[in-house]
Amino acid sequence: MTSTTVSDNWFRRTTRSVHIPTIYVFLIATFLISGLLDQFFSDGQILSNPAIMLNIIVRSVALGIVAVGQTMVIIGASIDLSVAYTISITAVMSSYIMQGDTAKVPIAIPAVLGIGVLIGLANGLTITKLKVNPFIATLGISLIIKGIINATFSNYTGSVPKSFEFFGYGTLGPIPVSIIILLLVYIAGWFLLARTKFGSHLYAVGGNSEVARLSGVRTDRVLIGAHVLCSMTAVISGFFLVSLMRSGAPWVGPNGLYDLESIATTVIGGTALSGGKGGVWGTLAGVLIFGILDTTFNQLGVNPYLKMVLRGAIIVLAVASYTIRSKKEAA
Amino acid sequence: MTASTVPAPGRLSNTLQNTWGWIKKIPPVYPVFIIIFLILGFLNPVKYQSMNGIMTFLRTASPLAVLAIGEMFVLAIGGFDLTVGAIVTFVVLVSSKLLANDPANALPAIMIMLGFGVLIGLVNGLVVSYLKVPSFITTLGMMLLVRGGALYYVGGAPQGYLTDNWRAFGRNYIENVPIFGRVPYALIIIIVIAIFSYILFNRTNFGKQILAVGDNVLASQLSGVRVRLVRVITFILCSVFAIIGGIMIGGYGGVNVTIGEGLEMQAIAACVVGGVLLGGGKGSVPNVIFGAFTLQAIVNLLNILGLPKPYTDVVQGLIIIGAVAYVGLTSQKKQ
Repeated sequence: MTSTTVSDNWFRRTTRSVHIPTIYVFLIATFLISGLLDQFFSDGQILSNPAIMLNIIVRSVALGIVAVGQTMVIIGASIDLSVAYTISITAVMSSYIMQGDTAKVPIAIPAVLGIGVLIGLANGLTITKLKVNPFIATLGISLIIKGIINATFSNYTGSVPKSFEFFGYGTLGPIPVSIIILLLVYIAGWFLLARTKFGSHLYAVGGNSEVARLSGVRTDRVLIGAHVLCSMTAVISGFFLVSLMRSGAPWVGPNGLYDLESIATTVIGGTALSGGKGGVWGTLAGVLIFGILDTTFNQLGVNPYLKMVLRGAIIVLAVASYTIRSKKEAA
Repeated sequence: MTASTVPAPGRLSNTLQNTWGWIKKIPPVYPVFIIIFLILGFLNPVKYQSMNGIMTFLRTASPLAVLAIGEMFVLAIGGFDLTVGAIVTFVVLVSSKLLANDPANALPAIMIMLGFGVLIGLVNGLVVSYLKVPSFITTLGMMLLVRGGALYYVGGAPQGYLTDNWRAFGRNYIENVPIFGRVPYALIIIIVIAIFSYILFNRTNFGKQILAVGDNVLASQLSGVRVRLVRVITFILCSVFAIIGGIMIGGYGGVNVTIGEGLEMQAIAACVVGGVLLGGGKGSVPNVIFGAFTLQAIVNLLNILGLPKPYTDVVQGLIIIGAVAYVGLTSQKKQ
């Protein structure tokens, strides 16, 4: 008797803190509409072939992981536009260090994670200590990373060993490893935001930095922490991409539009760009919506340049669907 | 007796103080530009110490100055416009097809381009004003739209070349001008645009309204400024100037799909170096023009020093962060 109430309470507490956002309704709608479009105008693979379903999720892994980091910095009322080139530098550096040799994997992973930490620190310190607008600070850092990798590498460099490809191609039973890692990153992100002091401080900083500071939160540290975590998620996304591609190239990140799309998915997931509100589960739905749209465009054989146009329009409209209700003037 | 002697040193120190105050008021962009240009002249006297060389420098630097002035309007109102680079690509690619290798098509092509400039700016402004999407997301989305649209229209690669009369704006000179030798069309265009923008920004109500909105949206709204209209117009100005800049860049650059890449950041960097406050409320046309010239001079300096091209990105990133941090930290001290 008591045990059921306890578990009931626990269950309720958990569901309440998970708090399924309305975006999931849109996710299901997008899936059904895409499936129907595919049914009528193409071979109907989306609804009939479970492999396509899995493919949608695998396609969403790279964007999904970095979107967790982006969600964190946006909750802190900051933004990170350097994630695309962080992904690039990860892809290039890890395949450059590994050179197809399994023995070098244990060197490459911490080395590249170290680069991620440095980028995150650079972002966080520029924003908090030099008081540079986060948008400009991260764009500036992004330009610096871009210049460095373009000056050093011009094409595919090195390769990753077979063992490392496990990340991108491996499966545990029927489930791809990448999906398990995606879920682990989301659970970690949720745990950090909803269950730790760091998380509540981050919400406080994003909500009102001055109030947070006056109530004893070390706002700078919290924001720097969020930026370091964000760069780390970009590094993990980079690891995933390089294990899929087997070799890293400098254009991996910017071509995938990971900077813009991670922001867009965060915003349509219900995280306010002004900070202080939101969470990772909404972002996951946003990421899956983008994955479905991407797959649908491929199924329908949309011209790649037209796809670029549609992507741009969808990103703006998706963000608009949230911002249009706000009473504040945007700038 | 004493009364007559005291004012004398006082007057001297007063004039000194006044001069010093006047010197202190000179925006840092001018001395920085002069120093860099002197270094350039020192390293390559043939190219940078002759009138001809200076004119060539102005020709290459003017398009960026045009882009930067447009960007300044949007920055001054508190927004960002990241479509600038994509618009330049759009101009070059779409014109290459519109011209169809026939010089007679140049004027209609330019008119169509300016029309697109108005349209792009209008959409940017309306989306920011009415859908309330922050401008950097709006314009990043628009960047994809404009670039994707241009590539879709030409089928992924430039079609044909740009006719010589179309390219004249960015490439040609008026020959045999007294004192100056030859004057590039680009310099005349930037002077006209500078005067127009200066009057618009400093001498009209509209200019004051831009600064008011950039400074405090709510206050300007309450005092009767039509915030949305002002904002839409600034976005249109920025896009139209980007089109003009694109025509100038297409004039001396070749036709390729990456011609506009990164120009939005260069334009923002030029503004920041010219003392524009990100977040709005401050701006100056001449300072921004010299910001653009300074940036171009730095790029040329890096070239002379033999640094590989990608490093200009690194330097630009450092300049942007450094300039914004400088402005932020100095204005914080005053508070």
